[in-house]
Amino acid sequence: MRAPPTRDEVLEILADVKDPEIPVISVVELGIVRDVSVSDGGAVVTITPTYSGCPAMREIEADISRALQERGIAPVEVRTVYSPAWTTDWISEEAREKLAAYGIAPPGRAQASELITLSRRSSPIPCPFCHSIETERKSEFGSTACKAIWFCRSCRQPFEEFKAL
Amino acid sequence: MSDPALVSYLLRLGDDRLVLGHRLSEWCGHGPILEEDIALTNMALDLIGEAALLLKLAGEQEGQGRDEDALAYLRDATEFRNALMLELPKGDFGFTIVRQFLFSVFSLLQMEAVQRSRLEALSGIAAKTVKEARYHVRHCAQWVITLGDGTEESRARVQAAVDDLWRYTGELFMADDVDCEIAAVGIGVDPSTLAEAWQAQVGEVFIRAGLTVPKTGYMQRGGREGKHTEHLGHMLAEMQIVARSHPGATW
Repeated sequence: MRAPPTRDEVLEILADVKDPEIPVISVVELGIVRDVSVSDGGAVVTITPTYSGCPAMREIEADISRALQERGIAPVEVRTVYSPAWTTDWISEEAREKLAAYGIAPPGRAQASELITLSRRSSPIPCPFCHSIETERKSEFGSTACKAIWFCRSCRQPFEEFKAL
Repeated sequence: MSDPALVSYLLRLGDDRLVLGHRLSEWCGHGPILEEDIALTNMALDLIGEAALLLKLAGEQEGQGRDEDALAYLRDATEFRNALMLELPKGDFGFTIVRQFLFSVFSLLQMEAVQRSRLEALSGIAAKTVKEARYHVRHCAQWVITLGDGTEESRARVQAAVDDLWRYTGELFMADDVDCEIAAVGIGVDPSTLAEAWQAQVGEVFIRAGLTVPKTGYMQRGGREGKHTEHLGHMLAEMQIVARSHPGATW
């Protein structure tokens, strides 16, 4: 028998549960863990999806349950909420640096504006490899729903950007 | 107790996105360039994800034990409530992009309003949809302008798409008893109130693209009552065959 877990302990375990598509940042750093509560040796983790069709959500749910159960926490319940909607503004500063080091340009600030603009960003984003701003967006959509494809004209490398949402 | 108007309304919202999402998914592996193949399937994923949430909620409100999979895979064409425009075959890339643009502008305006729904579960889904629709509008508007203001060939193709699709746009804004009832209780939006803003936004992009809107008064309708074109049945046959042939299968 182990002592009932504390909320901090659960959060610490979750800090090791990585996003399956971006294995350098955790589900906590990504901002999809919205709440944790503990009672009677078990835990309830509330998460929210990045995109409504994100195919990684079920895997993330299973990863969270497994990680907590491996540490003797039971029962584990993972709840999904949709409101408030996830925003890239919840990604921590530390996680942004990890994204850049991994080769994914971190997101800019999400725009609260209701206006539809035809061009999303007026200034180019810096290349995560060589930091040049001689970059161009190739596509609004990338290998996963949350990323866009860019190309750096200086180092001739394609790279991904975590889209502001 | 279940509210039939609310269930109908949620089915409309969900079916619009499920049917269009499936049409978009038909591009998987067939996009004109790799980036666009990825973009079309990403948008399909967004729409199918939104549909799953909306149909799940519809099933919960209905209270007859049908989940989102049962509603997607085990209903026949006459039980679908999507607008007719969304079930038409995917056509060429120009047709797909014009339809996607027309619907995305509608979806954005609709969900911006539904975000204020007093049904909390629905307002949460709407807030997510708004964020996704914004990307879809931007992406499609850029393509409409690129193709409309492009070569003779590309201009002719997107103009033909606009001409073919226009008679289906009216249905998006036709309000019936279901819409009015749901709008009156603060859960949904009366679609007729969105028409003016939609025309302004679509018109602005069409001007930049050099495209013209056909002068026709006639508008097709029927999808909201389950009266569909022949195309929906064919599409569902493909979409539903695995689920119907192997009931309860998991993988």
